Parts: sequence; structure tokens; C-alpha cells
Amino acid sequence: MTNPISDITNEAELMLLIGSNPTEAHPVIGYKMRQAARNGAKLVVCDPRHIDLVDEADHWIRQNHGTDIPLINGLMHIILKEGLEDKKFVEERTENFEELKAIVENYPPEKVSEMTGVPVDDLYAVARLYATTDKAMIFYTLGITEHICGTRNVMSLANLAMLTGHLGRPGTGVCPIRGQNNVQGACDMGALPNVYSGYQAVTSDEARAKHEDAWGRPLPGNLGLKIPEMFDAAVEGKLKAMYILGENPVLSDPNANHIKAGLENLEFLVVQELFLTETAVFADVILPGSSFAEKDGTFTNTERRVQRVREAIKPLAGKADWKIICDISGLMGYPMDYDSPKEIWDEMASLSPSLAGINYARIDEKGLQWPCPTLDHPGTPFLHAGKFTRGLGLFQPSDHIPPGEMPDEDYPYLLCTGRILQHYNVTTMYSPGIMEVWNKEIAEVNPVDAEKIGLQTGSRIKVTSRRGEVETEIQVTDRVLPGVIWMSFHYPDTPTNDITSHHLDPITGTGEYKVAAVKISKL
Amino acid sequence: MNLIKLIIDGREVEAPAGSTILEAADNAGIDIPRLCHDPELTNMGACRLCVVEVEGNALLPASCVTPVTEGMVVQTESAAVIEARKMILDLMIADHPMDCLTCDKMGDCKLSEYAHRYGVKDTSFDGERHNYPLDESNPFILRDLNKCILCGACVRACEEMTGADNLSYLYRGYDRKATTAGDVDYIDSDCVFCGQCVAVCPTGALMEKPLVGLARRYEVERVRTTCPFCGTGCNFDLAVKDEKVVGVLSNPDSPVNGRSLCVKGRFGWDYIYSEERLKTPLIKKNGKFEPASWEEAYDLIASKLGAIKDKHGSEAFASLSSARCTNEENYLMQKFTRAVMGTNNVDHCART
Ligand code: SF4
Ligand code: SF4
Repeated sequence: MTNPISDITNEAELMLLIGSNPTEAHPVIGYKMRQAARNGAKLVVCDPRHIDLVDEADHWIRQNHGTDIPLINGLMHIILKEGLEDKKFVEERTENFEELKAIVENYPPEKVSEMTGVPVDDLYAVARLYATTDKAMIFYTLGITEHICGTRNVMSLANLAMLTGHLGRPGTGVCPIRGQNNVQGACDMGALPNVYSGYQAVTSDEARAKHEDAWGRPLPGNLGLKIPEMFDAAVEGKLKAMYILGENPVLSDPNANHIKAGLENLEFLVVQELFLTETAVFADVILPGSSFAEKDGTFTNTERRVQRVREAIKPLAGKADWKIICDISGLMGYPMDYDSPKEIWDEMASLSPSLAGINYARIDEKGLQWPCPTLDHPGTPFLHAGKFTRGLGLFQPSDHIPPGEMPDEDYPYLLCTGRILQHYNVTTMYSPGIMEVWNKEIAEVNPVDAEKIGLQTGSRIKVTSRRGEVETEIQVTDRVLPGVIWMSFHYPDTPTNDITSHHLDPITGTGEYKVAAVKISKL
Repeated sequence: MNLIKLIIDGREVEAPAGSTILEAADNAGIDIPRLCHDPELTNMGACRLCVVEVEGNALLPASCVTPVTEGMVVQTESAAVIEARKMILDLMIADHPMDCLTCDKMGDCKLSEYAHRYGVKDTSFDGERHNYPLDESNPFILRDLNKCILCGACVRACEEMTGADNLSYLYRGYDRKATTAGDVDYIDSDCVFCGQCVAVCPTGALMEKPLVGLARRYEVERVRTTCPFCGTGCNFDLAVKDEKVVGVLSNPDSPVNGRSLCVKGRFGWDYIYSEERLKTPLIKKNGKFEPASWEEAYDLIASKLGAIKDKHGSEAFASLSSARCTNEENYLMQKFTRAVMGTNNVDHCART
């Protein structure tokens, strides 16, 4: 997030939510948004599904699935036509404005209304409201990124914020809310094929030399494989061995059958995990991992706040996860001698300029938000004040990119997936309390379709895509549009990702979980 | 800021204009008892336990809703005030089960704290007592309305912190109840099980069910940590007794969330003791997993990974790190992949 969570209740005059269901996926943030809306902040929800926050919203934009770019272009079209852009911001802080103008010129309200299903009047109202509100924040999550055009969707939102000067101040910004507790931290720590910790490129000679020096080993300068490429390489037989720490790609990645084929094809697979997961069953060796209650260390939340995780009980299987990695490394001739996670953090911080000012003593009480380059730096609650990282903000406009697969005669329904309140990607399935109450998939089907197929709430159906089939119970509800079926991906008995799309955002490799074509039959 | 001077218990005190007497006293370190007041919630002035004596005022005003004025002279523990508080407590326990011996909230119950402070051992009223059935309808929250003192903190928390609007006062007079819409069990209501109502309840009316029967609050060690579920980064305390986690308790100092949590953070922690947790390393032999010692597992991994690297080169290896593991573990995983295996093939499910 460019801005802190506290801006929601303390600063924002307008919240524009797109492709995000915070009261379920990030509940405490969602609760804060509800508070803010009730205390007078305006709320615009852009979502084809009737999420809870729609009930608090001033405007509900119910765009068709997979039409975010036309929607955003349409808003910018109106803003430019009415001269509501922030001319000073555009002039002083951005570049490539002409290209943006040229592209959004082709998105007049009537055409956008046709593409998105949003009434023209609503487009005007929201465009004017967003452009003329001083402190307006944009929030998005997977409804934006999990598309073939995910990166382009994000850029389009950045365009909208830059065009109206909604960046670099309290109560503004473009805020992706990170879904998993430490997805921010995993990126920050360099668990990515292109960067070391603190986003230092592996292709930079300087960064590589620094790490070779610190680590005492020669390091590769080519980019590594992203997850989908890893499994492609495994299927092709080029990748022979994997070490998977605390992830369950078979359940959580799109196109599970391809993942399974890759795992099966490996010569050797190590999985370090809490449970015998759908992925772990493919392993040659499984190492028992630790839960958060058994861990010492830090997590970094969605507003870049580094906070402590404290060991409440000793690791139940006897060894801390960090220690296991050190032990194996030592056996392979590269000793890693740390006394505690604190020493690991300190080594990382010494190599990472943007995190250099953070240590355990400083974050003990309230955490700290990076960038935090020095020990006397107070941390950075909001990014891009006065200047973007790259200097000028670059408009990167885009034309409409339709989903990789749309409903057709054979597969007439659109499947959209997401998270529900009570579950989290994996671990909650092992919570006896939660499973006592929420223990099975309940897909959402619109009443119009339910009648057509002859379904009632409680009916069971088979959902089939070109990649596989799953069975689920359903609920009849107009939360979803006609022609759409909505499912979560939490339950091993209904492994939704067996049927999700195989299309990817070519830039990030993120799967298009949000749109797939399926057919439905009654069981 | 406009500062107002007043006298509380003979001490000169300053408070910003617009503060209440209770806030002024809190700032000065003077402890006025309160049951319905909560700094995160709107003021209700319902319990009246915070009454004080104000010179020139014949009535005893509730300090939580009375603003300070210049030169005001306040007594927080005068004879009249003490008399009034005893009466309020006396009335409250007239319809409160006196099963403190076995009550799980004992030690963290405001009602018992104040009854003790003012020496109210038993009620002088002999009237009808409620006999509501326990609401044990769900695995998370245990509701015993017999212990409810109608302070309304749960009603306000549900509405103001979560916005679920699931609780309100129903019925009148003796039948008045703070309960769910339609007065149904929690499980049949629109409850989202955030547990905010539990976190603010001053008595044993609403309790974290997993803790019941396991530990009283003064027996547990509280270890503050960060939630392992979504990216909001809520903090809370793990309650630990005898080397075992027995529950999650809100910690008001949490920078992001204060006392608010969601159902996952507050009640999802019990996966850590799932029967299905792996307890030892496992090695697959002839297609079946068999328990192995750490040494055995380590040796196999080190030799296999080493051999594959020697034979096929560094690029034949890849690792997946984890958005659920700590920063330190992620750092080590990429360091291992790069420095030991010699490849940049490291990624994690950035499915956010
Ligand atoms: S648990 Fe949350 S939603 Fe349910 S009644 Fe309590 S405060 Fe309201
Ligand atoms: S308590 Fe709920 S909202 Fe807070 S971090 Fe945990 S999962 Fe997210």
C-alpha cells in the first residue's frame, strides 16, 4: 500500500474499492472502511458481485467481469472531457500524458457503458466524485490482479490516480491490500527470481558483487524461473529437484493438474510443511514445520509495517524452520551459523538499504514501515511524497484486453473465484473450531440460472471446465450476476483450482483465477 | 488547545476543553470505577458507577458524560459517592449468579473487582433472578446472559468496531436484554464471529469458548505476536498456560487493529494443535511415507540435492519460499537457493 491503514479512518474523504472484498478477505481493514463510510467518507464499490460493503456504498459500479480497463479508461475519458484532471500534478510529476489522452479518447461513456454494463450516469457521477474529492484512496486486490491483464489493470488504476493528483499525500494513493500475512515480506526478502532482499536486482553487477562478498559464494546473474515456469520446466524434465517451504501450490495455484504433473516428474522433492498437504504427498522427504505460535521473527503487513512474531511455545516437531534450512545448508558445505532470527534480520538489514534502519529493538512496540534507511529514520507511512521512485510518474495506458477464456456454447457460465471470511488459503482447514461451522464449499448461483437448471439452495452440482471437474453444494443468491457462478478455493473436497483458467498475466505470471468458462450440471 | 483547570480530590488538574471528568481524572491518574465506559466506544452513561460529587450540584453526575468546566471541584470518593456506588453494585448482583468460584472470568471481571473494592459481599435485595439458558451454539463464543449487566459494550462494539449491527437491546424493564436481532442464538444470527463483543465485555457474560475451563486470565502468560492469516497485520496476545496455547486475547496496544480482530485471528489459531500436524520427518519408501529421524532426512536431502546439482547443474533446482513464513525464513531460503544451489530459481505464491 502507498498509504497507511490508519488513513482509512483518519484521512480519506473517498474510498474507491475495485475488485476487493475487504470485509471477508481483510476483515479488520474492511471493518475500518465501514466505520469510515458511516462517519461520512464517501464509498464507491466497483464489483460485479454484491459484496457486503455495497450496503455502505454511495455508488455501486457493477461492471461485467473482466472489463476493468474499459471502466477505468471511461472514467478518465470523462475527467479529461470535463477538465477535472489535476493539471499541475500531470505537468510537474508525470510523463507520457499524450499517449494516455490518445487511448482514453476512444472510451466515451456510451461505448464504455456497453462494454461494462454500467449505466452512463453512474460513470459520470463516479468520475466527477473521484476527480473532485481532495483526499481519495483507491483500494484493490485480486479482483484486479488475477486477470490475464492484471498488470495492465493495476497500471490503469495508477493512471487514474496520477491524472487526478491522488498520490503522495495522506488520504490518497493506490493501495493493493496484500492477502497473505507475509506476502509483502516474502517479496521484500528477495524470495523472487529477479531480486535480492530490498528489491536489489540480481542482474545488477553492483548488487551481485555486494552479495557475493557478504555470502562468500559466486552468484548467478541471470533471472530465475517464476512459479509457472518452474512447473513448465518440471513437466519438460529440465527441472529435477525442488524444495518447497510452507506452500501448497496444488491447492492454491491455478490449473492444479499441470502442477501435479510437474511435481510427479521431479526426481527429488523436499516439502517443509505443517500438514500432509495436497502438495506434500508428492514429496520424497517431508520435514515437519512450525506454526506461527512456535516462531520467532517478523512479518511485514500490507502497509509495509515490519512487526514481531514471538515464540509462545517451542516448535512442536522439535526444530524451528529457520534452523532446518541452516542445518541442511551446513551439511551441504555452507555453514549458516545464526544464534537467533534476530541475527538473520541484522544480516539482511545490513545488505538492504531500504530496510537498514530497522532492528528488533526499534519495532518491539509498534513496528516500523519501510523504507527506513537509517537508525534515526522514523519509517515511511506513505510513499511517493514529492517524487516517484523512478522520478516522473509514467502513464502506461492500455486498451481493453478480454479474459483469456469467455463463456461460449459448450461452457456457457463464467466462473469467478475468491476468498470467504472464515478461511484462509490453507491452515484454517485444520482449525477444528472453524471447520465445525464452515466445512464445505457453497457455490453461489444466480436465481435466473438456478431456475433454468432446476436448482435450489442446497442442491449439488458438477462444475466442469476444459481442465477438469469438481462437485459442490450451491446457494441461490443474486449476489452474483446471471450467467456467473462464484466459488471459493478453500476445501480439499472441492478443489476449485482444478477447473480455473490456465491463462496467466504474461508479466507477473499470476493466474487468471477470476474468469473461466464452465458448464454446470445438476447431481 | 484550550486547557481547563479544575480540582479533583483536592488536586489541581488540567484538561483540554471538551473532555469529560472521567477523562480528566484518567489523565491525572485518578481511577474512577466504570463498567459501561470504554475509550474506543461512544459514551452511554448507562451503568452510573462512575458518578462523582461536583460542588454546587445536588445530583451525582456520571463522570463519563459530564464535561469539565473551569474551576469545577470534584470528589471521586466522597461518602455520598461511595454510598451510591454500593447501591448500584448491590442492585447489579441482586440478579447476578454468585458462582465466582468457578467462573472463568474471575480475575478479569470488572464487576467482581468493584464489588471487592466497595465491600459489596451480597445483595440486600431479594427479588426474581433470571435463568437464561447458556448459548453454547457455536465453537467460539460462550454467552451466559445471566451474567450480563446491560452495560451495552457489546452492542456498541458490534456496531462501532465491526459494523455488523448484530446486537441491540430488546424488551423492557426486567426483561431487557442485550442480544442478537430476533433474540436467537449467535450461530443463527448474522454474527461474523469477530469476537469484538467478547473483547469488551466486562463480566463473564461473553467469553472465548476455547478458554473456558482451561485457564483463568491471571494464570496465563500473554505473548504478543502478529496474526498468521491475512495481510492486515493485526497483533494480539497468545494466552499460554503450561507451555500450551489456550487462546487469543486482544491487546489494546496493537498498532494496526487495537482490540479488533476477525474470526480467523481470534478463533482460527487452534489449527496449531490439529491432530494432523506432522510430528517427525517422513521419507517416501516404495511409494509410502515412513517416519525418519532428522539426521536420516537431512542426509538424504543434502546428498540428493548435491548430486542433482553436480549432475544437472544449478538450474535443475528451484525452491518455493512462503508468504506465510517469517521474513527471516524467507531471507534464508533465497540465500540457500542462491548461495548454496547457485540459482535464482526462487519464488513464492504471491497470490496475494
Ligand atoms: S462476534 Fe462480532 S459480529 Fe458477532 S455479535 Fe460479537 S461483535 Fe457482533
Ligand atoms: S485478525 Fe483477521 S483481519 Fe486481522 S490480520 Fe488476522 S486475519 Fe487479518
